[in-house]
Amino acid sequence: MIASLSLILLCQLAGEIAVRAFAWPVPGPVLGMLLLLVLLLLRDRAVLFAQGPLQGGGVENAARGLLAHLSLMFIPAGVGVVQKLDLLAEHGTAIVGVLAISVVITLLVTVATFLVISRMTTRGRSAS
Amino acid sequence: MSANPFSLWVYLSQQPLLWLTVTLLVYATADALSLATGRHPFANPVFNSMWIIAVFLLLTGTSYTTYFSGAQFVHFLLGPATVALAVPLYENRKVVAAAIVPMLAALVVGCATAIVSVVLLARAFGLPQNVVLSLAPKSVTAGVAMGISESLGADASLTAVAVVLTGIMGAIIVTPMMNRMGITDYRARGFAVGLASHGIGTARAFQVDAVAGVFAGIAMSLNALVTSLLVPLAVTLLVR
Repeated sequence: MIASLSLILLCQLAGEIAVRAFAWPVPGPVLGMLLLLVLLLLRDRAVLFAQGPLQGGGVENAARGLLAHLSLMFIPAGVGVVQKLDLLAEHGTAIVGVLAISVVITLLVTVATFLVISRMTTRGRSAS
Repeated sequence: MSANPFSLWVYLSQQPLLWLTVTLLVYATADALSLATGRHPFANPVFNSMWIIAVFLLLTGTSYTTYFSGAQFVHFLLGPATVALAVPLYENRKVVAAAIVPMLAALVVGCATAIVSVVLLARAFGLPQNVVLSLAPKSVTAGVAMGISESLGADASLTAVAVVLTGIMGAIIVTPMMNRMGITDYRARGFAVGLASHGIGTARAFQVDAVAGVFAGIAMSLNALVTSLLVPLAVTLLVR
């Protein structure tokens, strides 16, 4: 468990260092995620990597444990609303309206794009 | 036992222990409520926890800084949780590889839509420039969005609030909306909610369907990548 968590933190740390060192416009944790994915893929190909938390489902279980309570982690940032009450009193309706319309548009456009392209590619495959 | 309960409160209210306990306790209750209602969209555990804790802070006159001294331990986990998304991505690599073309198309189009729509709408509603900039990265996960906001010189704490509100609204609306439209492809449904509503949407998707959850997680992590590249570009084109 501790080794698995350390591996996850190490990936994040490596991501943060790389992002700062090369001034990449990518968040450190996202790079860390790519790094962990590469490690998991390497593990299947080389025995050298199949060690410690990368074997016997160690890191998988730790990751599932973290992801099971993803909602919880947003609460501290969300409670930050108490600092913004004056701004929300002034612009609250507009902000909530803008966010609500934008999220509906984004959901519709994304789901439509996914379905249309998915249908096009499967049709192309069955035709050929 | 302290003779004066008030001095005990003064002591405890300045300690991280109390606020960490409050955060976990309120969330556990809100989550149990959500489970009891069969994961009804309106019993969203993030939304209920957020307003209950906010009201509690206001009633007790506790500052957000004091609250955050305890809640930061939970907030910190957002980073490792993002790294942890590599695991569902790895485990579902075959499903993902098979849907790679529609996913990438939906990612680029959806991400651009999320940013452009919020910037244009915010300007149309006459919001101040600083607010417009703070809202721009609202569709990505909190840690990432706050980083983008800081690099734009916007208000990162307002961004965090916008991120959480967007997440909650997307998580509430997605199931009734997709059901009404008769969309049964859980890959597409999950991908859309993960892209539009990051981790809160992903948490919602996992409640509804495992495949939807995986695609939501992928959309959320890919969107974090693309949004960090697109927001500075969109802001240059649309705002300045």
